[in-house]
Amino acid sequence: MPPIFVVLLVICVWISFLNPRFATVPGIMSFLMRAAPAAILAAGQLFVIVSGGFDLSVGSLITLVVLGSSMLIGGDPANTPWVIAVMFLIGIAVGVFNGAVTSWLKVPSFITTLGMLVTLKGFALLWTGGAPRGALPNNFRVFGRNRLSGVPLLDEVPYAVIILLVVAVVATYLLHRTGWGKQLIALGDNPRAARLSGVPTAKVRILAFVASATSAVIAGILLGGFSGVSTNVGDGQELGAISAAVLGGAKLLGGRGTMPGAIAGALTLQALFTLLNLLGWPKPLRDGLQGVIIIGAVAYTAWRERRS
Amino acid sequence: MSAPVNRKPKRAGLPPAFLFLAGAFVGAWVLVSLFGRGQFLTAANITNIFVRSVALGMVAVGQSFAILGGSIDLSVAHLISVTAVMTSFIMQGDPANIARAIAVVVAIGLGVGLLNGLIITKLRVNSLIATLGTGLFMQGLLSTSFQNFAGAVAPEFEVLAYGTWGPVPIPVVMLAVVVALGALVMHRTRFGAHLYAVGGNAEVARLSGLRTDRVLIVAHVITSFSAVLTGLFIAARLGAGAPWVGQDGVYDLESIAAVVVGGTALAGGRGGVLGTLAGVLIFSIMDAMFNQLGTGAFLKQVFRGFIIIAAVASYSFRSKEEVG
Amino acid sequence: MQRKEMVALVLAAALLLSAMPQAGVAQRVSEFWDPDEFARQMALLEMEPVGPPDKPWLQALDPTWVDTSKYKKDPPWTICFSNAGLFNPWRVVGFTTMQAAVEANPLIKEFIVLDAEGRDEKQIADIADLVASGECDLLIVSPMTTAALTPAVERAAQQLPVIVFDRGVNTRAPITFISPIGGYAFGAQGARFIAEQLPNGGKVLALRISPGVDVLETRWAAAERIFAETNLDIIGVEFTNDDRAVAKSIVTDYLLRYGQIDAVWMDAGATTVAVLEAFEDLGYEIPIFTGEDQQDVLVKWYEEGLTGIAPTYPTFQWRTAVEAAVMVLSGQPIPGPEWKLPQPTITNETLAQYLQYNMPPQHYALCGCEDLPGYPQRWGGR
Repeated sequence: MPPIFVVLLVICVWISFLNPRFATVPGIMSFLMRAAPAAILAAGQLFVIVSGGFDLSVGSLITLVVLGSSMLIGGDPANTPWVIAVMFLIGIAVGVFNGAVTSWLKVPSFITTLGMLVTLKGFALLWTGGAPRGALPNNFRVFGRNRLSGVPLLDEVPYAVIILLVVAVVATYLLHRTGWGKQLIALGDNPRAARLSGVPTAKVRILAFVASATSAVIAGILLGGFSGVSTNVGDGQELGAISAAVLGGAKLLGGRGTMPGAIAGALTLQALFTLLNLLGWPKPLRDGLQGVIIIGAVAYTAWRERRS
Repeated sequence: MSAPVNRKPKRAGLPPAFLFLAGAFVGAWVLVSLFGRGQFLTAANITNIFVRSVALGMVAVGQSFAILGGSIDLSVAHLISVTAVMTSFIMQGDPANIARAIAVVVAIGLGVGLLNGLIITKLRVNSLIATLGTGLFMQGLLSTSFQNFAGAVAPEFEVLAYGTWGPVPIPVVMLAVVVALGALVMHRTRFGAHLYAVGGNAEVARLSGLRTDRVLIVAHVITSFSAVLTGLFIAARLGAGAPWVGQDGVYDLESIAAVVVGGTALAGGRGGVLGTLAGVLIFSIMDAMFNQLGTGAFLKQVFRGFIIIAAVASYSFRSKEEVG
Repeated sequence: MQRKEMVALVLAAALLLSAMPQAGVAQRVSEFWDPDEFARQMALLEMEPVGPPDKPWLQALDPTWVDTSKYKKDPPWTICFSNAGLFNPWRVVGFTTMQAAVEANPLIKEFIVLDAEGRDEKQIADIADLVASGECDLLIVSPMTTAALTPAVERAAQQLPVIVFDRGVNTRAPITFISPIGGYAFGAQGARFIAEQLPNGGKVLALRISPGVDVLETRWAAAERIFAETNLDIIGVEFTNDDRAVAKSIVTDYLLRYGQIDAVWMDAGATTVAVLEAFEDLGYEIPIFTGEDQQDVLVKWYEEGLTGIAPTYPTFQWRTAVEAAVMVLSGQPIPGPEWKLPQPTITNETLAQYLQYNMPPQHYALCGCEDLPGYPQRWGGR
């Protein structure tokens, strides 16, 4: 079992000691519900990371999804279905743009997506005039906020947890069981060799960015559902997703990473924050510890790699 | 003793970023004359463009060193906050404390740079994660200890931000000195040549006998030192430091953007400090232009992102390499 | 092998993690506590304002007057405005009102606005730009942070008539500083309401936007004093960064840690609804709360029959700034060096009169904008 799962398990057991409610079905469900957006985002980010790139634009894309949805829905629940469809189209367009600029104009994805981070946030604010406008109706918010009741054994399951489960299965399948997934890892491992061996690098890479952007749209719908419209909902999410993937054993600049690991990485970060909260750590110290932990995790992985 | 350098940096001529700088300048001039209010080409306006460039300019010069070496530094924004807060906290408005405050923050900066360099080279942690981590850690300690503007700088210290030297503001002189020193170190010293070699191809550099780790550590110390300079300037400018000043200025991502718009390759090995200066000035000209056009901040942000992408694309689109 | 290493690491970490927080935050005396000013604000709350009864933005409490005849100038005028930024709905509503007020006045030929995007450093440069441009007949400043902007405003005031509103500066150089009664009154009203409603030992969570801004620091400074005199249990003081997601997560964390919370004191209303939702979603009863005059808060409060109080920090002060500029340039005396505007409080009894179902959720009831051109569409209403 990879180390991240051990860490996750230990933290969860520890939390249960401090707060026995955590180890019940509803406790676990509400933990997973809050972790779902970050975990989904980490899953999407992993596709780009194994290909050797970064996607920094996801945070701003989340903000755009939340603000854009509230503008387009305009308080009328009948608009929700087509607005969600439009958001996915926007996400796909952003992903294609990121991938195409990186592949064909040879702009490193760190820069491409940094530019998009700035532009998309600016666009979202321009659209709304700088502050949240409108509200998200309940049929939009249901995914991030409500629970499906009457489930056998579990009683109530948050929609967000179901969505997380689906995303996890699909993403694991795509990365570890399809030709595209293998090509992606090969591309990240050695781009030149991959191209010489006939991997359609541009197509493979563009699809990775589309996957990442799609995950941001899903995360945006969940986050908007969880707490409503706000202009800074996406800020910093990109670094959280990269940290999660790295904690889960992914190697920056590509070639290695597992989907269960990345998702476990995101859950571990969420569990760690829950634990530190129970221990009474103030927010700034929690952030500080996160810094030490991601360095430690990467250093540990690098050390093990050299030793073997 | 000739150090093996596999790629000699180009020394003659201005970097291509100055072409964009000229373009931005002329474009802003024309747009403001046609659609804006007031004149673009006034001494006051030009001076202001330079003054607006100082804070970002100094840290971006330092960021150029990290990026040129194939590394990156995301911790600068947090180090700027630490510096600004510690400066005014130690100074407490008393000019007698100026020297002590500067000594302390410079020591902190050198320590952080050394730490970043060591984590990256000795623990083999990717620079993005290493500096993200040290940044988060610094910010955590800082925000736990300070929640607000702390202390005050001495009035004499504010000369750094508001003084003038003849018609030229002292901060602009300061930026010019930092750029000149940066260019000197990068283009006229053996360390500079080694940095180009390490950034160009670390493996080749190491095989040809360079102590690549040491070169990268020094590069990171320079980057952190430049963040300290920006932090000192901001403390002088605001009269005190608060734990959010660095992050509010987005100096981490903005400095990276300025460096790459200036023509330094993100992968390292190509570029230089003068290009970075051009990149910073392009952003300042955009600020001034959008102010005079009165279009508001959000539209500017939309353009700014595209300009970053377009500038880098203009340098890279001919490349045959696979880029991730 | 691997696992043993992990276990050792985790045990070491456990020791550290449990020991650290005790070394953390020390209590510090707020530099924003001024007992005389607190007493003054509490007195102002009881006072009747002077000025037109139907135009609260032109009213003043206990005013002294400054002569502005030396600033008199022939119209039309160019008025310049250095804005800290448009980073929350309160500022967007206020700025929209301000623009409409400028349009409504034919004597103003131009209104030049620079947006500092929430950065002190940029606002200092912006003010220098505006002064140097030589185009401004008068400069209005809404400062980002008090301490940082003081020197810039002082310098500007040497060359131009300057009016400051919302957040203050530490100098008397501007002609007047326009603001509602103030943060102490705002914070105290909410805290007193909570103290009256709760039994001894009641659990209170305090949520603040961010540190360092005087209008927000004073709100908490007053509330902190009032809570200190009670036997209430203040279980936490947290910063939400004005982000609904952060606020909702914090409250959820506290609910999981403490079980029921009896009251939530907030220094602003932007995240109030998200906070109340955290209780709902976990199946807890919605506690006593403090909010502000946003429609989303008022509507939820009214429709669900909750118990709360909403001190206000009226957005109509943005309109006052324009009116004051016009008065200065016309040479009329204005209230100064401080112009204190009234600061109505919304209670369960007065709630109904502030509901505006045709306005968007983030609209502030006290905009003083109903008679301006473009209302209500311009503010997003129907």
